[in-house]
Amino acid sequence: MQVHELRRKIVDRLFTIACFGATVLALVALVFILWSLVIQGIGSLDLHVFTQSTPAPGSQGGLLNAIVGSLMMCMLAMIIALGIGILAGTWLAEYGGRTPYGAVVRFMNDVLLSAPSILVGLFIYELLVRPFHGFSGYAGAVALAFLATPIVTRTTEDILNLQPHTLREAGIALGTPQWRVIRQILWRAATAGLVTGGLLGFARISGETAPLLFTALNNQFFSLDMGHPTASLPAVIFQYALSAYDDWRRLAWAGSLIIAVVVLSISIIGRFMTREKFKP
Amino acid sequence: MLDVSEVTGGGIVPPPTLHQGGPAAIPHAKGAWFDPVFEGLCFGAATLLLASLSGLVISLAIGGWPALSHFGLSFFTSTTWNPVDDVYGAAGPIVGTILTAFVALAIALPLAIGIAVYLVEFCPRMLARSVSIAVELLAGIPSIVYGMWGLFVFAPLFAKYVQMPLIMHAAPGSLAEKLFAGVPNGANIVTASIILAIMILPYMATVLRELLLTVPPQVREAAYGLGCTPFEVVTSVIVPYVRRELVGVVMLGLGRALGETMAVTFVIGNAHGFPKSLFASGSTLASTIANEFTEATGELHTSALIALGLVLFMITFSVLALARALLSTKKV
Repeated sequence: MQVHELRRKIVDRLFTIACFGATVLALVALVFILWSLVIQGIGSLDLHVFTQSTPAPGSQGGLLNAIVGSLMMCMLAMIIALGIGILAGTWLAEYGGRTPYGAVVRFMNDVLLSAPSILVGLFIYELLVRPFHGFSGYAGAVALAFLATPIVTRTTEDILNLQPHTLREAGIALGTPQWRVIRQILWRAATAGLVTGGLLGFARISGETAPLLFTALNNQFFSLDMGHPTASLPAVIFQYALSAYDDWRRLAWAGSLIIAVVVLSISIIGRFMTREKFKP
Repeated sequence: MLDVSEVTGGGIVPPPTLHQGGPAAIPHAKGAWFDPVFEGLCFGAATLLLASLSGLVISLAIGGWPALSHFGLSFFTSTTWNPVDDVYGAAGPIVGTILTAFVALAIALPLAIGIAVYLVEFCPRMLARSVSIAVELLAGIPSIVYGMWGLFVFAPLFAKYVQMPLIMHAAPGSLAEKLFAGVPNGANIVTASIILAIMILPYMATVLRELLLTVPPQVREAAYGLGCTPFEVVTSVIVPYVRRELVGVVMLGLGRALGETMAVTFVIGNAHGFPKSLFASGSTLASTIANEFTEATGELHTSALIALGLVLFMITFSVLALARALLSTKKV
């Protein structure tokens, strides 16, 4: 009996230690990644990175065109994604979410949430690049919107489902048309959640590379015209990191640091806006 | 719109404003005509989501058809990938994709369970919140950053401290020598799997943690009350309680690992054909597409790459659909 008790205790101790060890390992990985990013990136991060465009190997330059291109595409993508995502999420929460068709839409949306992003790139290539004979920033933005929309849809539905029924009933009882109940009462009450959905979507797409490779391609020069190939931070990092030039690689590290800082701060803001209220 | 006096039977005098101009006079009813339009817009947006997924499949099928019909079944069985002779077989990338995803899963699953159990069962409340945020942050790092870190930081360390010693100590002619053979530069199947594991770990741990939180406290307390150790509570009460969803989480992680592109492209070495050993270069469906698509000039080459995309879609879609079906009972 004593031996049995002892064995139970030992097994339990080992299990606790193993669980603790797994957590520590994950945290160590996080710190290790961030630390090497900072060490490698901070040295190459100077004013030129933000004021000059991507250089030819050996000459001085920065990432201005890539940063601007990324911002333009992400902004346009978010406008599309918020428009479609909020409406689709509202439909799921307020109109047809309980119908079989609603169940199919929700299911497909959940699948799209984790669909490989490179396939989106291929799809938009077939849809927008091949027919119009040219890579463009618009195609890149649509590809990114494709990735952000399911996130916005999901958060919108979740946050609307959390709104108390009395809000809807109060609005309807006043004789307000349903669309105004949704727009002026429900969306307003759910603003924090909707913004979080947008932030999470933005955080997801700002680091995406794969869907941009075949849609926006890349551009060495500064350009505000999205009708042409457009540079983006992730695509430039991909190109520069795999190059043989040291200064290009340094720029790639600087770009990685910028992206990581942006993405991480956006997700932290998003988390704190909602606390534990709901999980997207 | 009903006349108020009809409803009330005429006994009560209704407020005069209601009678003056019909329904339009009620200020809140303004724009009631827009109701069906708005519902239509919402319905359209939801349908657009569905249509985009269908469009994705159809466009991949159309784009990949020339290669699929040209090579037939040999597209799936051949390991030849030769853009010069325009001969393409997807067996190498398919095997590489499945191999790396499963190795990654084998590494990540026990760790994810450990983290989730630690956060739910053992961790002090104060700490649990910040630790889970940190774990979620790990999930938020873009895959290109993982790729750079993997190629320039992790791969050299791995080659020096793991790969080299293993190669040195493998007895000539043994199975170990075959398994560990390869150029010790860190760009290989195992490195790719480890990076993949780091990437899917936080994702799985986060979903698992929420899953464990759905176990009713009474069930857990009852087990503790019987004198179970935490280990026994986890293995004989909590895990059986969430068994079905646990499989769903595994599938979710697998789906992520199968479709991951950029990080893998950086570290897998990009060699076509079957991987010859654990430390040999390989390729996955996604990494092959990412590497070659913009450089593909021939119609058949492009089509073969899109066909790879179709195969990838079929694999990930079935895995993810299964995951969602298993997870559907609890909203995680």
